[in-house]
Amino acid sequence: MEKLVSKNLNHHFGFTQILKNINFTLEKGQVLSIVGPSGGGKTTLMHLCADLLDVQEGSVINSFVSSSFAFQDARLLPWKNVIDNISIGLIAKGWKKNLADQKSREIALKFGLEDEDFDKFPKDLSGGMKQRVSFARALVVNPSLLFLDEPFSALDIGLKKELQTHLIEMVKDKNLSILFITHDIMEAIRLSDKILLLEADPGHIVKEFDYDLPQEKRDDKFVYVETAKILQDEVIINTFELNSLELK
Amino acid sequence: MLNSIIKIIKDFPGYLWSGWGAIASILLFIACWDIGNQVYGNLVLPSPLETFKTLSLMLQDDMVWEEINTTIYRASVGFGISLVLGSALGLLAGFFATASMMSRPIVTILVGMPPIAWIVLAMIWFGMGDETVVFTVVVSSFPIIFVGALQGARTLDGDLKQMADSFNFPWTMKFVDVYFPHIFSYVFPAWVSGLGMAWKIVVMAELLATSDGIGASLAVARSQLDTPTALALVTIMIGSLMFIEYIILEPIKREVELWRN
Repeated sequence: MEKLVSKNLNHHFGFTQILKNINFTLEKGQVLSIVGPSGGGKTTLMHLCADLLDVQEGSVINSFVSSSFAFQDARLLPWKNVIDNISIGLIAKGWKKNLADQKSREIALKFGLEDEDFDKFPKDLSGGMKQRVSFARALVVNPSLLFLDEPFSALDIGLKKELQTHLIEMVKDKNLSILFITHDIMEAIRLSDKILLLEADPGHIVKEFDYDLPQEKRDDKFVYVETAKILQDEVIINTFELNSLELK
Repeated sequence: MLNSIIKIIKDFPGYLWSGWGAIASILLFIACWDIGNQVYGNLVLPSPLETFKTLSLMLQDDMVWEEINTTIYRASVGFGISLVLGSALGLLAGFFATASMMSRPIVTILVGMPPIAWIVLAMIWFGMGDETVVFTVVVSSFPIIFVGALQGARTLDGDLKQMADSFNFPWTMKFVDVYFPHIFSYVFPAWVSGLGMAWKIVVMAELLATSDGIGASLAVARSQLDTPTALALVTIMIGSLMFIEYIILEPIKREVELWRN
Protein backbone atom coordinates (compact mmCIF):
# COMPACT_ATOMS: atom_id res chain seq x y z
CA MET A 1 0.00 0.00 0.00
CA GLU A 2 1.36 3.39 -0.99
CA LYS A 3 1.50 5.99 1.73
CA LEU A 4 3.30 9.00 3.07
CA VAL A 5 4.23 8.89 6.74
CA SER A 6 5.70 11.76 8.71
CA LYS A 7 7.05 10.74 12.11
CA ASN A 8 8.24 13.08 14.87
CA LEU A 9 9.32 15.61 12.29
CA ASN A 10 11.23 18.64 13.58
CA HIS A 11 12.87 21.32 11.53
CA HIS A 12 15.04 24.35 12.24
CA PHE A 13 16.31 27.21 10.13
CA GLY A 14 19.33 28.36 12.07
CA PHE A 15 18.20 28.69 15.67
CA THR A 16 14.55 29.18 14.81
CA GLN A 17 12.39 26.12 15.14
CA ILE A 18 9.96 25.97 12.24
CA LEU A 19 8.28 22.62 12.79
CA LYS A 20 7.76 20.68 15.99
CA ASN A 21 6.84 17.05 16.27
CA ILE A 22 4.73 16.61 13.16
CA ASN A 23 3.03 13.23 12.81
CA PHE A 24 0.57 12.19 10.15
CA THR A 25 -0.12 9.54 7.56
CA LEU A 26 -1.48 10.11 4.09
CA GLU A 27 -3.05 6.99 2.57
CA LYS A 28 -3.56 6.18 -1.07
CA GLY A 29 -6.56 7.99 -2.53
CA GLN A 30 -6.79 10.35 0.41
CA VAL A 31 -6.81 14.13 0.33
CA LEU A 32 -5.04 15.56 3.34
CA SER A 33 -5.05 19.30 3.93
CA ILE A 34 -2.75 21.22 6.18
CA VAL A 35 -4.41 24.43 7.23
CA GLY A 36 -2.89 27.20 9.21
CA PRO A 37 -2.03 30.89 9.23
CA SER A 38 0.61 32.23 6.84
CA GLY A 39 4.18 31.88 8.04
CA GLY A 40 3.33 28.81 10.10
CA GLY A 41 5.76 26.43 8.40
CA LYS A 42 3.27 24.86 5.98
CA THR A 43 5.48 25.24 2.94
CA THR A 44 8.51 23.94 4.82
CA LEU A 45 6.53 20.88 5.82
CA MET A 46 5.47 20.35 2.22
CA HIS A 47 9.03 20.69 0.95
CA LEU A 48 10.22 18.14 3.51
CA CYS A 49 7.52 15.70 2.39
CA ALA A 50 8.35 16.26 -1.28
CA ASP A 51 12.07 15.74 -0.66
CA LEU A 52 12.89 19.29 -1.76
CA LEU A 53 14.45 19.89 1.65
CA ASP A 54 16.56 17.50 3.68
CA VAL A 55 14.94 16.09 6.80
CA GLN A 56 16.88 17.08 9.92
CA GLU A 57 15.04 15.28 12.69
CA GLY A 58 12.41 12.59 12.54
CA SER A 59 11.46 10.88 9.32
CA VAL A 60 9.38 11.16 6.19
CA ILE A 61 8.67 7.89 4.45
CA ASN A 62 7.16 8.23 1.01
CA SER A 63 6.18 4.96 -0.67
CA PHE A 64 4.09 6.50 -3.45
CA VAL A 65 5.30 5.34 -6.84
CA SER A 66 5.21 8.81 -8.35
CA SER A 67 4.54 12.36 -7.28
CA SER A 68 4.42 15.84 -8.70
CA PHE A 69 4.25 19.34 -7.30
CA ALA A 70 2.07 22.34 -8.14
CA PHE A 71 3.55 25.49 -6.65
CA GLN A 72 1.86 28.59 -5.38
CA ASP A 73 3.41 30.59 -8.22
CA ALA A 74 3.30 28.85 -11.58
CA ARG A 75 7.09 28.45 -11.98
CA LEU A 76 6.99 27.98 -15.74
CA LEU A 77 10.18 28.03 -17.77
CA PRO A 78 10.02 31.46 -19.41
CA TRP A 79 11.89 30.28 -22.52
CA LYS A 80 9.47 27.45 -23.29
CA ASN A 81 6.03 27.72 -24.81
CA VAL A 82 2.88 26.37 -23.18
CA ILE A 83 3.07 22.85 -24.59
CA ASP A 84 6.79 22.47 -23.92
CA ASN A 85 6.20 23.62 -20.35
CA ILE A 86 3.46 21.08 -19.79
CA SER A 87 5.33 18.21 -21.40
CA ILE A 88 8.53 18.80 -19.46
CA GLY A 89 7.61 16.37 -16.70
CA LEU A 90 6.90 13.64 -19.25
CA ILE A 91 10.17 14.35 -21.07
CA ALA A 92 12.00 14.08 -17.74
CA LYS A 93 10.44 10.65 -17.36
CA GLY A 94 11.87 9.64 -20.72
CA TRP A 95 8.81 10.02 -22.95
CA LYS A 96 9.29 10.60 -26.68
CA LYS A 97 8.83 14.25 -27.62
CA ASN A 98 5.90 13.79 -30.00
CA LEU A 99 3.99 11.51 -27.63
CA ALA A 100 4.60 13.88 -24.73
CA ASP A 101 3.43 16.83 -26.85
CA GLN A 102 0.29 15.03 -27.87
CA LYS A 103 -0.61 14.12 -24.31
CA SER A 104 0.15 17.68 -23.20
CA ARG A 105 -2.15 19.11 -25.85
CA GLU A 106 -4.97 16.87 -24.68
CA ILE A 107 -4.62 17.88 -21.06
CA ALA A 108 -4.15 21.55 -21.97
CA LEU A 109 -7.51 21.53 -23.76
CA LYS A 110 -9.07 19.84 -20.77
CA PHE A 111 -7.76 22.58 -18.53
CA GLY A 112 -9.37 25.28 -20.62
CA LEU A 113 -6.37 26.38 -22.66
CA GLU A 114 -6.94 26.87 -26.38
CA ASP A 115 -5.09 25.87 -29.53
CA GLU A 116 -3.93 29.40 -30.17
CA ASP A 117 -2.31 29.58 -26.73
CA PHE A 118 -0.09 26.56 -27.28
CA ASP A 119 2.83 28.41 -28.85
CA LYS A 120 2.75 31.35 -26.46
CA PHE A 121 5.53 32.03 -24.00
CA PRO A 122 4.66 32.52 -20.31
CA LYS A 123 5.20 36.28 -20.60
CA ASP A 124 2.14 36.42 -22.87
CA LEU A 125 -0.13 34.48 -20.50
CA SER A 126 -2.42 35.87 -17.81
CA GLY A 127 -1.91 34.76 -14.21
CA GLY A 128 -4.83 32.36 -14.41
CA MET A 129 -3.55 30.80 -17.61
CA LYS A 130 -0.11 30.33 -16.12
CA GLN A 131 -1.66 28.52 -13.19
CA ARG A 132 -3.64 26.27 -15.57
CA VAL A 133 -0.40 25.41 -17.35
CA SER A 134 1.28 24.69 -14.03
CA PHE A 135 -1.62 22.42 -13.03
CA ALA A 136 -1.57 20.65 -16.35
CA ARG A 137 2.18 20.12 -15.99
CA ALA A 138 1.73 18.56 -12.56
CA LEU A 139 -1.15 16.31 -13.61
CA VAL A 140 -0.01 15.22 -17.07
CA VAL A 141 2.55 12.89 -15.51
CA ASN A 142 -0.35 11.06 -13.88
CA PRO A 143 1.12 11.18 -10.39
CA SER A 144 0.06 8.89 -7.62
CA LEU A 145 0.60 11.67 -5.10
CA LEU A 146 0.11 15.35 -5.81
CA PHE A 147 1.61 18.12 -3.68
CA LEU A 148 -0.41 21.32 -3.82
CA ASP A 149 1.09 24.41 -2.24
CA GLU A 150 -1.72 27.00 -2.17
CA PRO A 151 -2.09 26.81 -5.93
CA PHE A 152 -5.49 28.52 -5.94
CA SER A 153 -4.60 31.59 -3.93
CA ALA A 154 -4.14 33.90 -6.91
CA LEU A 155 -7.16 32.72 -8.88
CA ASP A 156 -10.70 34.04 -9.27
CA ILE A 157 -13.52 31.95 -7.81
CA GLY A 158 -14.65 30.60 -11.18
CA LEU A 159 -11.27 29.23 -12.15
CA LYS A 160 -10.67 28.04 -8.60
CA LYS A 161 -13.81 25.95 -8.69
CA GLU A 162 -13.05 24.61 -12.16
CA LEU A 163 -9.60 23.38 -11.15
CA GLN A 164 -10.93 21.93 -7.92
CA THR A 165 -13.56 20.01 -9.87
CA HIS A 166 -10.80 18.54 -12.06
CA LEU A 167 -8.95 17.45 -8.95
CA ILE A 168 -12.02 15.88 -7.39
CA GLU A 169 -12.59 13.95 -10.61
CA MET A 170 -9.04 12.66 -10.58
CA VAL A 171 -9.28 11.64 -6.95
CA LYS A 172 -12.40 9.64 -7.79
CA ASP A 173 -11.33 8.18 -11.14
CA LYS A 174 -7.63 7.60 -10.65
CA ASN A 175 -7.47 7.28 -6.90
CA LEU A 176 -5.15 10.29 -6.77
CA SER A 177 -3.74 11.20 -3.36
CA ILE A 178 -3.21 14.85 -2.50
CA LEU A 179 -1.23 16.64 0.16
CA PHE A 180 -2.74 20.09 0.12
CA ILE A 181 -1.57 23.23 1.84
CA THR A 182 -3.87 26.19 2.22
CA HIS A 183 -4.88 29.01 4.50
CA ASP A 184 -8.39 28.95 3.04
CA ILE A 185 -10.64 26.80 5.21
CA MET A 186 -13.46 26.59 2.66
CA GLU A 187 -11.10 25.26 0.05
CA ALA A 188 -9.86 22.65 2.48
CA ILE A 189 -13.38 21.57 3.40
CA ARG A 190 -14.37 21.17 -0.23
CA LEU A 191 -11.44 18.93 -1.08
CA SER A 192 -10.20 17.09 1.98
CA ASP A 193 -10.82 13.80 3.71
CA LYS A 194 -8.81 15.03 6.61
CA ILE A 195 -7.70 18.48 7.72
CA LEU A 196 -4.75 19.06 10.01
CA LEU A 197 -4.62 22.36 11.77
CA LEU A 198 -1.09 23.73 12.06
CA GLU A 199 -0.41 26.37 14.66
CA ALA A 200 2.58 28.66 14.18
CA ASP A 201 5.76 29.37 16.21
CA PRO A 202 6.88 26.63 15.92
CA GLY A 203 4.53 24.83 13.56
CA HIS A 204 2.79 21.98 15.30
CA ILE A 205 -0.47 20.14 14.71
CA VAL A 206 -3.15 21.15 17.18
CA LYS A 207 -6.27 19.49 15.81
CA GLU A 208 -7.59 17.10 13.21
CA PHE A 209 -10.91 17.23 11.37
CA ASP A 210 -12.33 14.36 9.32
CA TYR A 211 -14.86 14.56 6.48
CA ASP A 212 -16.42 11.33 5.27
CA LEU A 213 -18.82 12.56 2.59
CA PRO A 214 -17.26 11.85 -0.85
CA GLN A 215 -15.93 15.06 -2.43
CA GLU A 216 -18.18 14.92 -5.49
CA LYS A 217 -21.23 14.98 -3.25
CA ARG A 218 -20.17 18.07 -1.36
CA ASP A 219 -22.21 20.99 -2.58
CA ASP A 220 -21.86 24.66 -1.68
CA LYS A 221 -24.29 24.24 1.17
CA PHE A 222 -22.20 21.50 2.74
CA VAL A 223 -19.08 23.63 2.44
CA TYR A 224 -20.73 26.70 3.96
CA VAL A 225 -22.32 24.79 6.82
CA GLU A 226 -19.09 22.96 7.66
CA THR A 227 -17.10 26.16 7.39
CA ALA A 228 -19.45 27.95 9.75
CA LYS A 229 -19.19 25.02 12.12
CA ILE A 230 -15.42 24.89 12.06
CA LEU A 231 -15.11 28.63 12.56
CA GLN A 232 -16.86 28.23 15.92
CA ASP A 233 -14.18 25.79 17.01
CA GLU A 234 -12.16 27.11 19.90
CA VAL A 235 -8.87 25.81 18.53
CA ILE A 236 -9.44 27.36 15.10
CA ILE A 237 -10.31 30.69 16.69
CA ASN A 238 -7.10 30.67 18.69
CA THR A 239 -4.88 29.44 15.87
CA PHE A 240 -6.03 32.09 13.42
CA GLU A 241 -6.35 34.65 16.20
CA LEU A 242 -9.90 35.38 15.08
CA ASN A 243 -11.07 36.84 18.40
CA SER A 244 -8.40 39.53 18.50
CA LEU A 245 -9.69 40.97 15.24
CA GLU A 246 -13.25 41.60 16.29
CA LEU A 247 -14.40 45.21 16.27
CA LYS A 248 -14.57 46.64 19.70
CA MET B 1 18.44 23.53 -31.80
CA LEU B 2 18.00 22.65 -35.48
CA ASN B 3 14.52 24.14 -35.40
CA SER B 4 15.89 27.42 -34.07
CA ILE B 5 18.46 27.58 -36.86
CA ILE B 6 15.80 26.96 -39.49
CA LYS B 7 13.63 29.62 -37.91
CA ILE B 8 16.49 32.13 -37.89
CA ILE B 9 17.02 31.53 -41.62
CA LYS B 10 13.29 31.69 -42.35
CA ASP B 11 12.88 34.99 -40.52
CA PHE B 12 15.99 36.47 -42.09
CA PRO B 13 14.42 38.15 -45.18
CA GLY B 14 11.82 39.79 -42.97
CA TYR B 15 14.57 40.97 -40.67
CA LEU B 16 16.54 42.44 -43.58
CA TRP B 17 13.42 44.17 -44.84
CA SER B 18 13.05 45.83 -41.45
CA GLY B 19 16.49 47.39 -41.99
CA TRP B 20 15.37 50.24 -44.23
CA GLY B 21 15.31 52.63 -41.30
CA ALA B 22 18.89 51.75 -40.45
CA ILE B 23 19.98 52.23 -44.05
CA ALA B 24 18.26 55.61 -44.16
CA SER B 25 20.12 56.75 -41.06
CA ILE B 26 23.45 55.55 -42.47
CA LEU B 27 22.78 57.50 -45.67
CA LEU B 28 21.97 60.55 -43.59
CA PHE B 29 25.27 60.13 -41.78
CA ILE B 30 27.12 59.92 -45.12
CA ALA B 31 25.34 63.09 -46.24
CA CYS B 32 26.60 64.93 -43.13
CA TRP B 33 30.06 63.57 -43.85
CA ASP B 34 29.87 65.06 -47.34
CA ILE B 35 28.89 68.43 -45.88
CA GLY B 36 31.92 68.18 -43.60
CA ASN B 37 34.06 67.58 -46.68
CA GLN B 38 32.66 70.65 -48.42
CA VAL B 39 33.37 72.80 -45.37
CA TYR B 40 36.84 71.57 -44.39
CA GLY B 41 38.30 70.38 -47.68
CA ASN B 42 39.84 67.16 -48.93
CA LEU B 43 42.90 66.99 -46.74
CA VAL B 44 41.03 67.13 -43.45
CA LEU B 45 37.99 65.10 -44.46
CA PRO B 46 37.92 63.46 -47.88
CA SER B 47 34.48 63.10 -49.44
CA PRO B 48 32.60 59.81 -48.99
CA LEU B 49 32.87 59.25 -52.73
CA GLU B 50 36.66 59.55 -52.71
CA THR B 51 36.87 57.34 -49.65
CA PHE B 52 34.76 54.63 -51.23
CA LYS B 53 36.79 54.85 -54.44
CA THR B 54 40.00 54.38 -52.47
CA LEU B 55 38.33 51.57 -50.61
CA SER B 56 37.36 49.71 -53.77
CA LEU B 57 40.87 50.14 -55.17
CA MET B 58 42.32 48.81 -51.92
CA LEU B 59 40.01 45.83 -51.91
CA GLN B 60 41.40 44.81 -55.32
CA ASP B 61 44.88 44.69 -53.83
CA ASP B 62 46.05 41.33 -52.46
CA MET B 63 48.42 43.04 -50.05
CA VAL B 64 45.53 44.81 -48.36
CA TRP B 65 43.67 41.54 -47.99
CA GLU B 66 46.70 40.07 -46.35
CA GLU B 67 46.66 42.90 -43.81
CA ILE B 68 42.96 42.37 -43.21
CA ASN B 69 43.48 38.65 -42.72
CA THR B 70 46.29 39.28 -40.26
CA THR B 71 44.04 41.53 -38.22
CA ILE B 72 41.11 39.11 -38.37
CA TYR B 73 43.42 36.32 -37.28
CA ARG B 74 44.68 38.27 -34.27
CA ALA B 75 41.25 39.45 -33.28
CA SER B 76 39.75 35.97 -33.57
CA VAL B 77 42.49 34.28 -31.58
CA GLY B 78 42.29 36.93 -28.86
CA PHE B 79 38.50 36.92 -28.81
CA GLY B 80 38.38 33.13 -28.93
CA ILE B 81 40.61 32.85 -25.88
CA SER B 82 38.53 35.45 -24.00
CA LEU B 83 35.33 33.71 -24.99
CA VAL B 84 36.40 30.30 -23.74
CA LEU B 85 38.24 31.49 -20.64
CA GLY B 86 35.79 34.26 -19.78
CA SER B 87 32.70 32.07 -20.09
CA ALA B 88 34.21 29.11 -18.26
CA LEU B 89 35.78 31.06 -15.40
CA GLY B 90 32.79 33.41 -15.16
CA LEU B 91 30.39 30.50 -14.75
CA LEU B 92 32.67 28.83 -12.26
CA ALA B 93 32.94 32.04 -10.24
CA GLY B 94 29.19 32.51 -10.44
CA PHE B 95 28.43 29.09 -9.01
CA PHE B 96 30.52 29.67 -5.89
CA ALA B 97 29.76 32.64 -3.67
CA THR B 98 33.32 32.92 -2.40
CA ALA B 99 34.79 32.83 -5.88
CA SER B 100 32.46 35.54 -7.11
CA MET B 101 33.28 37.72 -4.12
CA MET B 102 36.99 37.27 -4.66
CA SER B 103 36.85 37.87 -8.37
CA ARG B 104 35.02 41.18 -8.20
CA PRO B 105 37.98 43.41 -7.29
CA ILE B 106 40.13 41.63 -9.86
CA VAL B 107 37.55 42.34 -12.53
CA THR B 108 37.45 45.98 -11.44
CA ILE B 109 41.22 46.16 -11.85
CA LEU B 110 41.05 44.56 -15.29
CA VAL B 111 38.23 46.82 -16.45
CA GLY B 112 39.76 49.93 -14.92
CA MET B 113 43.20 49.44 -16.43
CA PRO B 114 43.37 51.41 -19.69
CA PRO B 115 44.10 49.19 -22.73
CA ILE B 116 46.90 51.52 -23.74
CA ALA B 117 48.71 50.66 -20.50
CA TRP B 118 48.33 46.98 -21.31
CA ILE B 119 49.83 47.57 -24.73
CA VAL B 120 52.88 49.19 -23.20
CA LEU B 121 53.31 46.33 -20.75
CA ALA B 122 52.73 43.73 -23.45
CA MET B 123 55.33 45.38 -25.68
CA ILE B 124 57.85 45.07 -22.87
CA TRP B 125 56.89 41.49 -22.13
CA PHE B 126 56.35 40.08 -25.62
CA GLY B 127 58.12 42.49 -27.97
CA MET B 128 56.60 43.64 -31.24
CA GLY B 129 54.37 41.02 -32.78
CA ASP B 130 51.28 38.83 -32.66
CA GLU B 131 51.56 38.01 -28.98
CA THR B 132 51.38 41.61 -27.89
CA VAL B 133 48.24 42.24 -29.91
CA VAL B 134 46.55 39.01 -28.93
CA PHE B 135 47.39 39.57 -25.28
CA THR B 136 45.91 43.05 -25.30
CA VAL B 137 42.76 41.82 -26.98
CA VAL B 138 42.37 39.03 -24.43
CA VAL B 139 42.96 41.31 -21.47
CA SER B 140 40.42 43.86 -22.60
CA SER B 141 37.59 41.62 -23.77
CA PHE B 142 37.96 38.91 -21.11
CA PRO B 143 36.47 40.92 -18.21
CA ILE B 144 33.35 41.80 -20.19
CA ILE B 145 32.62 38.15 -20.95
CA PHE B 146 33.64 37.06 -17.48
CA VAL B 147 31.19 39.47 -15.85
CA GLY B 148 28.39 38.41 -18.20
CA ALA B 149 28.89 34.73 -17.40
CA LEU B 150 29.20 35.45 -13.68
CA GLN B 151 25.95 37.43 -13.65
CA GLY B 152 24.21 34.70 -15.58
CA ALA B 153 25.27 32.03 -13.12
CA ARG B 154 24.56 34.15 -10.04
CA THR B 155 21.02 35.07 -11.06
CA LEU B 156 19.81 31.52 -11.69
CA ASP B 157 16.27 31.17 -10.38
CA GLY B 158 16.14 28.99 -7.26
CA ASP B 159 12.40 28.47 -7.70
CA LEU B 160 12.90 26.96 -11.12
CA LYS B 161 15.65 24.75 -9.74
CA GLN B 162 13.22 23.50 -7.12
CA MET B 163 10.59 22.90 -9.79
CA ALA B 164 13.15 20.88 -11.76
CA ASP B 165 13.93 18.86 -8.64
CA SER B 166 10.26 18.20 -7.97
CA PHE B 167 9.98 16.61 -11.42
CA ASN B 168 13.27 14.74 -10.96
CA PHE B 169 14.91 16.24 -14.04
CA PRO B 170 18.03 14.34 -15.03
CA TRP B 171 21.08 16.62 -14.80
CA THR B 172 21.38 16.93 -18.57
CA MET B 173 17.85 18.32 -18.72
CA LYS B 174 18.48 20.58 -15.77
CA PHE B 175 21.39 22.04 -17.64
CA VAL B 176 19.86 22.24 -21.12
CA ASP B 177 16.33 23.32 -20.18
CA VAL B 178 16.72 25.23 -16.92
CA TYR B 179 20.23 26.66 -16.57
CA PHE B 180 21.49 27.10 -20.11
CA PRO B 181 18.77 29.39 -21.57
CA HIS B 182 19.08 31.71 -18.60
CA ILE B 183 22.87 31.80 -18.64
CA PHE B 184 22.94 32.18 -22.40
CA SER B 185 20.70 35.23 -22.23
CA TYR B 186 23.42 36.88 -20.15
CA VAL B 187 26.50 35.44 -21.84
CA PHE B 188 25.48 36.09 -25.41
CA PRO B 189 25.17 39.88 -25.16
CA ALA B 190 28.49 39.83 -23.29
CA TRP B 191 30.04 37.95 -26.21
CA VAL B 192 28.71 40.61 -28.57
CA SER B 193 30.21 43.48 -26.57
CA GLY B 194 33.40 41.49 -26.08
CA LEU B 195 33.68 41.05 -29.82
CA GLY B 196 33.18 44.77 -30.43
CA MET B 197 35.86 45.50 -27.87
CA ALA B 198 38.25 42.97 -29.41
CA TRP B 199 37.79 44.49 -32.84
CA LYS B 200 38.61 48.00 -31.60
CA ILE B 201 41.53 47.00 -29.42
CA VAL B 202 43.18 44.89 -32.13
CA VAL B 203 43.59 47.93 -34.38
CA MET B 204 44.91 50.07 -31.59
CA ALA B 205 47.43 47.47 -30.55
CA GLU B 206 48.54 46.94 -34.13
CA LEU B 207 48.96 50.64 -34.67
CA LEU B 208 51.40 50.85 -31.78
CA ALA B 209 53.06 47.46 -31.68
CA THR B 210 53.28 45.81 -35.09
CA SER B 211 54.33 46.40 -38.64
CA ASP B 212 51.45 44.59 -40.29
CA GLY B 213 47.65 44.41 -40.05
CA ILE B 214 45.03 47.12 -40.51
CA GLY B 215 46.30 49.07 -37.51
CA ALA B 216 49.83 49.24 -38.92
CA SER B 217 48.43 50.32 -42.30
CA LEU B 218 46.58 53.06 -40.47
CA ALA B 219 49.86 54.19 -38.90
CA VAL B 220 51.46 54.31 -42.34
CA ALA B 221 48.54 56.28 -43.76
CA ARG B 222 48.90 58.77 -40.91
CA SER B 223 52.60 59.28 -41.47
CA GLN B 224 51.98 59.94 -45.15
CA LEU B 225 49.00 62.21 -44.41
CA ASP B 226 46.97 59.89 -46.64
CA THR B 227 43.53 60.70 -45.23
CA PRO B 228 41.48 58.82 -47.87
CA THR B 229 43.34 55.57 -47.09
CA ALA B 230 42.94 56.15 -43.37
CA LEU B 231 39.22 56.67 -43.78
CA ALA B 232 38.96 53.67 -46.08
CA LEU B 233 40.61 51.53 -43.40
CA VAL B 234 38.21 52.86 -40.81
CA THR B 235 35.35 52.02 -43.17
CA ILE B 236 36.62 48.45 -43.43
CA MET B 237 36.69 48.16 -39.63
CA ILE B 238 33.24 49.61 -39.14
CA GLY B 239 31.74 47.80 -42.12
CA SER B 240 32.95 44.43 -40.94
CA LEU B 241 31.77 45.07 -37.38
CA MET B 242 28.35 46.12 -38.64
CA PHE B 243 28.19 43.04 -40.83
CA ILE B 244 28.97 40.72 -37.92
CA GLU B 245 26.66 42.49 -35.53
CA TYR B 246 23.62 43.13 -37.70
CA ILE B 247 23.73 40.30 -40.20
CA ILE B 248 25.01 37.45 -38.04
CA LEU B 249 24.51 38.17 -34.34
CA GLU B 250 21.32 40.21 -34.20
CA PRO B 251 19.09 37.57 -35.89
CA ILE B 252 20.44 34.94 -33.50
CA LYS B 253 19.82 37.23 -30.56
CA ARG B 254 16.25 37.88 -31.67
CA GLU B 255 15.53 34.19 -31.91
CA VAL B 256 17.05 33.18 -28.58
CA GLU B 257 15.45 36.07 -26.72
CA LEU B 258 11.98 35.66 -28.15
CA TRP B 259 10.72 34.67 -24.72
CA ARG B 260 11.90 37.88 -23.10
CA ASN B 261 9.69 40.87 -22.44
